[in-house]
Amino acid sequence: MRDAFIDELTSLAEKDPAIMLLTGDLGFGVLTEYAERFPSQFINVGVAEQNMSGLAAGLALEGYKVYTYSIANFTTLRCLEQIRNDICYHNADVTLVSVGAGFSYGQLGVSHFATEDLAILRALPNMMVVAPSDPWEAKVLTRQMALIPGPKYLRIDKGVGGSNENSADVSLGKGRVVREGLDVTIVSIGAILSEALKAAESLSDIGVQARVISINTLKPFDESIIFDACRETGGLICIEEHTEIGGLAGTISEACLTNGITPKFFSRIGLRDEYPTIVGDQIYLRDAYSLNAENIISIAQSTLRNG
Amino acid sequence: MSIKNNNVVKTEMLAARVRKHIVDMTHRGGSSHVGSGLSIADILAVLYGDILSVDPSAPRHDDRDRFILSKGHAGAAVYAVLAETGFFEAEKLKDHYQNGSVLSGHVSHKGVSGVEFSTGSLGHGLSVAAGMAKAAKLRQKSHKVFALLSDGECDEGSNWEAILFSSHHKLNNLVAIIDYNKIQSLDSVEATLGLEPFADKFKAFGWNTIEVDGHDHLALKKSFALVNIEKTRPTVLICHTTKGKGVSFMENSVLWHYRSPQGQEYEAASAELQVSIQQLEESNHA
Repeated sequence: MRDAFIDELTSLAEKDPAIMLLTGDLGFGVLTEYAERFPSQFINVGVAEQNMSGLAAGLALEGYKVYTYSIANFTTLRCLEQIRNDICYHNADVTLVSVGAGFSYGQLGVSHFATEDLAILRALPNMMVVAPSDPWEAKVLTRQMALIPGPKYLRIDKGVGGSNENSADVSLGKGRVVREGLDVTIVSIGAILSEALKAAESLSDIGVQARVISINTLKPFDESIIFDACRETGGLICIEEHTEIGGLAGTISEACLTNGITPKFFSRIGLRDEYPTIVGDQIYLRDAYSLNAENIISIAQSTLRNG
Repeated sequence: MSIKNNNVVKTEMLAARVRKHIVDMTHRGGSSHVGSGLSIADILAVLYGDILSVDPSAPRHDDRDRFILSKGHAGAAVYAVLAETGFFEAEKLKDHYQNGSVLSGHVSHKGVSGVEFSTGSLGHGLSVAAGMAKAAKLRQKSHKVFALLSDGECDEGSNWEAILFSSHHKLNNLVAIIDYNKIQSLDSVEATLGLEPFADKFKAFGWNTIEVDGHDHLALKKSFALVNIEKTRPTVLICHTTKGKGVSFMENSVLWHYRSPQGQEYEAASAELQVSIQQLEESNHA
């Protein structure tokens, strides 16, 4: 997904000299080609994310379309106040790019788990929050995001969602129905879509037809795709590689309650309100914290049985 | 008394009027930071009266010099100098700090002509200014970018990130101005988190470092002029100032970081500043 993003940014930079990529000294091997081809549209600012975010605001207010690039929480939480005051309040055209959604860097430890980013960035006025499910989708969304000025967050996952490439079906701010079904709906954000699809496949084997919705934009949020699922299907299970507070589950809950639309049941799968204490690869940690197909299946089975 | 040229009298008059506004505004608003505003009145008057290329009739002109007040808590001083130099009516200053006003305690650009950038949390302005300066160089523009910081603000580590960046990128179009009045929020700078040897720090970071009396208009003008001949380094003006300058009982006092001038204190401050304005008017006509 990371390479897909930089490939697309390279094509954009070819056509638009206003594109400016800043990195906080990360992207070894990934940004090299871009940096060599567009030396005047690239700055490695050093390991200084607060300054990077302020610089980005300054450059953007002078007409540049700025991307700040780093991993995990370094483009986001490390410099949150610069994002809030300098970028968002000034509505500056800056895209924060963080590589390492959720447990992408699972072996590196809790400092490198991006597991609160969606909730925190979503709370900022003017900020768009985007989390592609697959590399091909990241490419399409990068292109679409470039057309919209203002603050944006792009969450890059190491995992792959596994949805079939269908660029025409991808629209910033719109969810995608990746699989049809009426018995239950599984909603996911980002590459953990793979667990949703796996669960839907297994449920199908036992006669439960699950709709799978992939959310690529948490803000602005596609409420209608959720409301349709509430009305048409047997209930909602949402899954995110993120704290269960304030992210996908939080957004859906707010949308439903505010609009008086209630799913027949609602269950959220996310990280409990505590820090992970072990490391491992992304798949291992999803399993360790039950962010997986098995958990979706067991919730679906027990709920539908009781319902 | 030395003979002053008209140019100095002009900016000194501007500074005196700005001071009067600051005291009036913090009095009406019951607001803090009167000392912080008075401390930079001369710097602002020299900048807006003589140095900055800005046009109130075209406040967003692409060739304008950029000025960022990084010590956003002295917003009243910037609003006052903008009003006095024609960006908006001085009458509007009466809204400062009032319910529903756009003139916030900490400087904000929204709905206020002439404010380049909004601040209030310390340690933000220099990075943004460096971004603007870098952009100007990339776009081969000749305008300059100025950022005015407080001394206490230099406690913020983000400034030092920007200081490293600016010399590395040879931003000779960037000017940091430090209001070094040696008093921060609760105590003296030296007792809180000492900055000395302050100038040496900037020199070690590769900056063109100038120390100047931040209330001496002629010295300030000469210092700003030196920026024009600097080819490779960003410039810092470490301005030695007096917090509360211009109101005798507010000078060099921690108290007047937060205290708002009310009652007899307001009357006394107001009268003292009025005398200063009159004296300058008389010397101008003499």
